[in-house]
Amino acid sequence: MSRPLHRHAGRRRTAGITVIVAALGLGAAACSSSPAATGSSSSGHVTISVDCAPPASAPAQHKEWNEDVAIFEKQNPNITVQSIYENPCEVPASFTAMLDAGTEPNVFYTYFTDKDQVLDAGQAADITQYVNTTTVPDLKDIVPSAMAAVTAGKTIYGLPTVNYTQGLIINRVLFSEAGLNPDDPPTTWAQVEADAKAITALGHGIYGYGDYSAGNNGGWHFSSEVDAEGGQMINAAGTAATFDSSQGQAVLEALHQMRFVDHSMSPTQQLAWGTLQKQMAANKLGMYIAAPDDIYNVIVPQDGGNINDYGMGPLPSTSGTPAGSLSGGNDYMFAKRDTPAQIEAGIKWLVFEDLTPGVGQFNFARQKADGFPVGFPEPQLFTGATQAKYVQLQDASATINPSYYATFADAREVPMGEPVDAQAVYKTLDPVMLAVLTNPNANIPALLATATGQVNQILANSG
Amino acid sequence: MAELATLRKAEPLSPARLRAGGRLLPKVRRNASAHGFLIGAVLCFAFFSWYPMCREIVLSFQKTQLGVTSWAGWANYRRIFADPTFWVAWRNTLEFTVLALIIGYAVPFFVAVLLNELRHARGYLRCLVYLPVMLPPTSALLLFAYFYDPTYGLFNDILHTLHLPASQWVQSPGTTPPTMAMISVVIAATWMNMGGATLIYLAALQNIPGELYEAADLDGAGLYRKIRHITIPQTRLILSMLLLLQVVATMQMFVEAFILTNGGAGVNDNTLSVVNLIYQYAFALSGASNYNSASALGVVLMLVLAVFSGGYLWLTRQPER
Repeated sequence: MSRPLHRHAGRRRTAGITVIVAALGLGAAACSSSPAATGSSSSGHVTISVDCAPPASAPAQHKEWNEDVAIFEKQNPNITVQSIYENPCEVPASFTAMLDAGTEPNVFYTYFTDKDQVLDAGQAADITQYVNTTTVPDLKDIVPSAMAAVTAGKTIYGLPTVNYTQGLIINRVLFSEAGLNPDDPPTTWAQVEADAKAITALGHGIYGYGDYSAGNNGGWHFSSEVDAEGGQMINAAGTAATFDSSQGQAVLEALHQMRFVDHSMSPTQQLAWGTLQKQMAANKLGMYIAAPDDIYNVIVPQDGGNINDYGMGPLPSTSGTPAGSLSGGNDYMFAKRDTPAQIEAGIKWLVFEDLTPGVGQFNFARQKADGFPVGFPEPQLFTGATQAKYVQLQDASATINPSYYATFADAREVPMGEPVDAQAVYKTLDPVMLAVLTNPNANIPALLATATGQVNQILANSG
Repeated sequence: MAELATLRKAEPLSPARLRAGGRLLPKVRRNASAHGFLIGAVLCFAFFSWYPMCREIVLSFQKTQLGVTSWAGWANYRRIFADPTFWVAWRNTLEFTVLALIIGYAVPFFVAVLLNELRHARGYLRCLVYLPVMLPPTSALLLFAYFYDPTYGLFNDILHTLHLPASQWVQSPGTTPPTMAMISVVIAATWMNMGGATLIYLAALQNIPGELYEAADLDGAGLYRKIRHITIPQTRLILSMLLLLQVVATMQMFVEAFILTNGGAGVNDNTLSVVNLIYQYAFALSGASNYNSASALGVVLMLVLAVFSGGYLWLTRQPER
């Protein structure tokens, strides 16, 4: 995928507080977003600052972005795109400071879960009147849950650029070595437990299954696993936690079983985003839950894995058919101080770069030429005719074996979005996951009851 | 007093006073430059210490919603007091402070006494003791994170070699104080920081006149009595000052637990500190994050430390002679 570098950032919420990167990013944002530096001139020329541009440390992605900017500016000679290069695209601590200082770029990157924070800070411009099928031709085919993530009531505050659901990434090499069929990934928790035991039996520090329990990632995965079981994290009104349920209990019991009865999970826990990918790349881990971009963004390019060693199945569940999956992603919003001309220019840029099959981030032919793997069932941003066109273009340049991902794609998991106050909820559930994975005597009902009380209080406070 | 009374008398300017007046200009100049230097420091403190403190207090009584900031009264304080993790964080912080006092305060003192007694390789050993202070804290803590790793860690390797049961160290689930998780954090913190305290103790020890020890030797005093009746009383000022600094520093523990628990708060929140909770309130909860609750907790911590410091200084004040 084009610009793959910044997709995964949506999931590495608090993983790695890179102060220097944050400070540089903030500084760059502050410098470049001042009204004096950007805006529309009397001649009709518009300058927009846009963050999350891949830095030079990721040369291929950097090159593609700059190519796109050049093409776009040629097509729109009255618009200048001022790129703010940074990775990760968002560091929560500096993002919070940026919102409080009002120094965000004209078009700024956010996770779906940031909407409430941005609105509370009063930093997002209402772009409803600028978004229609003329300005965003494929608007009606954008996945509804992704549009909902940038909409409050009937007001649109941004445009989604990535949308994902999760599945079970498997290590095909270890599956084969353990005598399992890598083309038939497990779909039930019982199958996952059995396969994890078989893989762990290979020895040499190999473990069958891994999961997170730090950096808000434990709660994030627990939410997805509960969704797959058919449970709910928060009630529809957003007023009470509902994960203290048979579904929540089943998920935690399966994990506890693998950690302390089967010993098919490592004694080293308290893991956050970035750790399981390394284990997978080193062929030390059999399975873990993630979105497909973990493979093409992290395991292969950053951790040195072989693209043909991995495959994906749907999220495990007791029934074997996931009732749904946490769906998340990221988007771009517009600074409150943006002029109408800047909002129009920003929308034009996003449509070009992120919302048109065959162009920008979906220029599959270029990705293939640049050596990126093509053909993953992600991001799931479109439906209908646009999705059909997307698939057709992607298939024409595909470089991976689609059969490795067939069971994940065929499952068509229902995207469930993320719970309200998602990061606070995840943060509260990290200790639950950690206790289940580190305490052989963990009292699962008591852990769920305590976390329920804490989340209810968070909801009451934010309500 | 007599001199002051004389100065207050109105008297005609004598030629000598006039000459003194002539010397006032250089004095003013000298003071002006001193004040000039002072202004720099005052501005630095004003901008980077006093203003943020005042701002923190103001923020703790405000709330921001939909971009509008308004007064919230005591709501932020009520919110943090109602948070069950508030009391967990205070309990953990006190546990860390007490353990750090027992381990982190006493160990450097005895290491300093030992170094002071050595006759050979003193410079080398002092360098060795101070070395960890030169490591960036994050590097030192990542090193300990490896030592504590339950699967691949050095400490468990040693325990295996000695045929002793392995430990989960920072990931230990126990909640009865002192928890293994907190002891692990204190060990890492002590290793990181003891070099500085050891050198300060050593400097104080070397200022004790040797005659006192010689006299004690003549009186037949052993090592324990020499430490109790000479070393401790002679280093009392340094000991009490370091105690104050140590308590204030340990009550603000953050980076140790943050790095060792991968940004979390440990199993069962048993390494969650007050400053860690402030960080969570301010940044880690994303949509539910807000500076106002974080500021309220910061003000509470500041008040606790101010009361402790004031009380401690009052209790340990020197009697007026």
